[in-house]
Formats: sequence, structure tokens, C-alpha cells
Amino acid sequence: MVVVSVDELRGMIGKEAKVEVTQIEKGMIKKAAEAIGDPNPLWQDEKRARKTKYGGIIAPPGLLITAMMSGSRPEGSMPFQRLLAGGGEWEFLLPIRAGDVITSTTALADVYEREGKAGKMLFFIFETIHKNQLDEVVAKSRSTLINY
Amino acid sequence: MAKQIFYEDIEEGAEIPALTKHITRRQLVMWAGASGDYYELHYDKDFAQSTGVPDVLVHGRLKAALLGQLITDWIGEEGRLTKLSCSYRGMDLPGEDLLCKGKVTKKYVKDGEHYIECEVWTQNPKGERTTPGTATIVLPSRGR
Repeated sequence: MVVVSVDELRGMIGKEAKVEVTQIEKGMIKKAAEAIGDPNPLWQDEKRARKTKYGGIIAPPGLLITAMMSGSRPEGSMPFQRLLAGGGEWEFLLPIRAGDVITSTTALADVYEREGKAGKMLFFIFETIHKNQLDEVVAKSRSTLINY
Repeated sequence: MAKQIFYEDIEEGAEIPALTKHITRRQLVMWAGASGDYYELHYDKDFAQSTGVPDVLVHGRLKAALLGQLITDWIGEEGRLTKLSCSYRGMDLPGEDLLCKGKVTKKYVKDGEHYIECEVWTQNPKGERTTPGTATIVLPSRGR
């Protein structure tokens, strides 16, 4: 185990951003909806969805939650062995559609220490900005990872 | 899809129609595939037990996505979920009923948009809230 101080970790805030590019496809939208058993026609039925204000299928909130936060932590930043997902926050600003190319940029937004039952626990907050091919911010997300 | 609801129809304290999910191991594997999250805790019982939990666990983000469905099932095509947040507080196991619930906490108009704020959560068969959170929604208004 590498022993690093919280101050050293705090020095990484905003630095070492990780970039992921996701091509949004209909198959991926369908898979994300099926993965949670969500039959809403807005994500699945092109004919039905065409009659809505969106004019076609859009991605469910679950697509962002499911498929666009994986591997979102910069490597090598966790001093302890055990890792626990503490929670998440998602802001949905614009619809995501099949054909979009989403660039997700993740950086450490905060880190702090708490004393838990199992000893010292480090809370890492990562923030991701998701932009589409028109450079519009379509979503923002934050995740809390607990390292102990 | 459910009938469209409007801002004026919703009172503070109103309950969101509950969504009952029966999460199977198969569902956990499907979600792992869709997410690319292949942490063994969620599909390998031996591995899960070696970490001290009784069985494989339902992913926290899967439960967050279910809370997303709870909202989108309720708000109809004209409603918009703008923000969702939750904490992965308690363990949920496959084979159990997972209840997704919510309650309206506040309604207000800001910059011409009609907002509803809710508390949302998943609940295990013991009645414990395993994924408490909040959601912000924009609804259409009958006034327009």
C-alpha cells in the first residue's frame, strides 16, 4: 500500500482528467433499457417516439447511469485496497440520441477523509462533463467512491 | 405509457406510483454487460461471500437506473427528469422484490419552468430504504 496524505490527493483535484468517447447507437439504448427491464416506447419504439416532441427515440436516463460512467476514475489514485461505490448524481440537460458522439471528461472534484468502523476511509468525488458532437453539455454526473 | 400528468395535478406530499422489480441473477449479468462493470461482487457468489456478504449484490447504479425508470414511467412523454441523485446505503440481493418509491417534497416555478422535487428510494422486503435519493422534474403546465 502506498501511503499518501489527503493533502497530496487533494493536489490531484481537477487534474489528470480522463476522457472517454461513446458512440450512441440504437442497440446500446435498447440494451440499457433491457438491462433494467424498462419497456418505455420512448427508448424502444421508433414509430411511437416519432409522434412525441422528440421526433424519435431518445436515450433513457438509465443509459447515462448504466453505460457512461464505467472506468471513470483516474488510475493509481486509490491508496487502500477496498473500494465501495457510495452514490451518484446525474444532471440531464439535453436529450441524448442514437447517432450522438458523447465525450465524457472525468476529473477528481473532491477528496476527504473520514474515520469509519474499519479505520480510515477516503471519499473520492469524481465529476464528469458529457458533451455531444456539437460541443453542447448534455449531462453532468458525479460519483462518490469510498476507498478503505 | 401512462397518461400525461401536469404540474397543477401534483400536490406536495403526493406519492409516486410505486414500481416493483424482481431482480434476478440474469438481470445482474445483463446490467453488467450493458455497463461494462464486471466487478465479480455482482455475479460470482463465491467471490461475493469471500468479501463477507451473503450473496451477489445488486449494483448501486442499477438501482439508480431503476429510480430513473420510476420517474420516467410517472412523468410521461412531456415530463423531463432533470436531476437524480442517490446514495448506495444498503445491500440488495437478487431474488428479492425491490420496491422503487417516491414522494413529492416541493413544487415551484422558476424561469417559466414548472419544477417538482421528490424524495425517491428503493426499499427491500424488510421495509428498509437501501438507496435513498432525490429527483428534480420539469412537468408541463395546463396554463400553457
